[in-house]
Amino acid sequence: MTKRIPKHKIMDADGIRRAITRISHEIVEKNKGTENLVLIGIRTRGVPLAERIQARILDFENVKLPLGLLDITLYRDDLSMIDVQPVIHETKVPFSIEGKTVILVDDVLYTGRTVRAALDALIDLGRPQKIQLAVLIDRGHRELPIRADYVGKNIPTSSREIISVCLSEIDNSEEVLLLE
Amino acid sequence: MRWRHKDLLDLDNLSAQEIELVLQSALSMKEVLFRPIKKLPTLRGKSIALMFYENSTRTRTSFETAGKILGADVTNFSVAQSSVNKGESLLDTAKTLQAMNIDLVIIRHACSGASEFLAKQLKAGVINGGDGQHAHPTQALLDFFTMKDRWGEFKGKKVLIVGDILHSRVARSNALGLKKLGAEVVLIGPPTLLPPEMGYLGVRTSFDLDSELPGADAVMALRLQMERQQSGLFPSLREYNRLYGLTRERIARTGKDTIVLHPGPLNRGVEISSDLADSVQSVIEEQVTNGVAVRMALIYLLIGGTSNVMA
Repeated sequence: MTKRIPKHKIMDADGIRRAITRISHEIVEKNKGTENLVLIGIRTRGVPLAERIQARILDFENVKLPLGLLDITLYRDDLSMIDVQPVIHETKVPFSIEGKTVILVDDVLYTGRTVRAALDALIDLGRPQKIQLAVLIDRGHRELPIRADYVGKNIPTSSREIISVCLSEIDNSEEVLLLE
Repeated sequence: MRWRHKDLLDLDNLSAQEIELVLQSALSMKEVLFRPIKKLPTLRGKSIALMFYENSTRTRTSFETAGKILGADVTNFSVAQSSVNKGESLLDTAKTLQAMNIDLVIIRHACSGASEFLAKQLKAGVINGGDGQHAHPTQALLDFFTMKDRWGEFKGKKVLIVGDILHSRVARSNALGLKKLGAEVVLIGPPTLLPPEMGYLGVRTSFDLDSELPGADAVMALRLQMERQQSGLFPSLREYNRLYGLTRERIARTGKDTIVLHPGPLNRGVEISSDLADSVQSVIEEQVTNGVAVRMALIYLLIGGTSNVMA
C-alpha cells in the first residue's frame, strides 16, 4: 500500500470520549431505558467502541448490557473480487438475540456494505426485534440504502481520502485522522 | 499471513504459520456449527466435486457438509455409478469435471500421488482426501485442531501414534505436521509394521508401547486393517491387542490427563478397548465435529477469493 499523508486530525482523545458518551446517552434515551438492549461490535474497531459504550451505560444506568463480537468476513459481497481472502476471526455472541434490540457498533460508515454484511450475519443468529446502528464517523458515499441511528461525527470526504480511526486498545494511539 | 496455495496435497509444503492459519480459521468456522441456522452465503455459486475412489463415510460426509454450510454446490461423484466402471481414466474423468467449471476437486484414491497428478492437470483447486499410503492432510489438521483445543499450544507435548505405521497415511501426515508445530512424536508399532526407514520423517520410533506411555499428552490409535494379518504381518489379533491395544489401564500409566484419538472407523477390542473409546479421555467424537470445521476453513482458504496463485 502506498504511504498516506495525514491531512488533519478530525478528533482527539477527548473528542472521541465525548462522542461515545453522547451516543451512550442517546441509545438509552431513544430506547427509553436499557431493557432488551444488547450491544454487538463489528470486528475490528467496532469491538472496543462497543465495550466503551457498555462501560458508559454501566456508569450512568448501572446496567451492564450483553456484548457480542461479529466477524463479517464470511458475509462479504466482494470475496469473489479480491485475490487473497481475508483472515476470518471468531464471531462471539454468547446470548440469544431473539426479540432483542441490537445496537450494532462500528467505527466508520462509508459505502454501507459492511453493515449490509453485518445485518445478514445477525439475522443468521436469530430474529431481533430491532437493529440500530451506531458509528463513530459517517463519511458519506453510501452505495446502499443504509443510515446510522447514532453518529459521533459526520465528515464530508472525497472518495480519494481515507479515514483512519485509531483506538488505544488496538493502535496505541487515540485519534481520528483524515489521510490522503 | 496469506494463504498462497492452489491445492492441499500434503503437509510437507505448509509452514507452521500456515498450519496455524488453518487452525485459527477453523475456530471461527466451528462457531457456525453450533448455530440454529448452519448456512453461510460465503461460497454461493462455487462448485465442489467429490471424487472418492476408495470407501469412506466420515471424510466424504464431512467434506460434503463443510461445502454445503459454506453455501457451495457439492456434487458427489459416485464411482460405482460412473464411467470409471466403463474404463474411463482418472485424467479423462478430471477433464470432464474441468469442462463443467468445477472450482474445487476433493479426491481420495488408492494410489499414492493421485491427487498431485490431478492438481498438475487441473486449473481447479485440489484437496487430497487421502491417497494410498502417502498423505491424509485434512485428517492430520483436524487432529491438530483437536489437540490445540485442549492444550493451547504444541511445544513440549508428547504424542504417541500407535499401530500400522507402515501403511498409514494418517501417521505420516500427523508426524510431519506435529514436528513442524513443535510437538514430540513417537511412532509405535510391531517391527513388521514399523520399518526403520520411517526414521526419514525425523521422529522417534519404538516397538515398545508401555515404555513410551509415561508423560504422553496424547495417544493416537490407528485402525488395524484386518487384511494385514492375512498377509502375515502379525500373528494374531489377540497378540496385537495385548502388546499395542489401548485400554484404560494402559492410558492411566501416562500419569497425565492424556487424550485419546482415533481417525476411525474403530475396531473395538483390537486397537482400542470399547470402554476407553467411550470414556471422557476419548476425543473421537470431537475429532468428527472438528473435521467439518477444519474442512470448511480449508475450502474457504482455497476457493474463497478469485485465485490463490500469486503472480
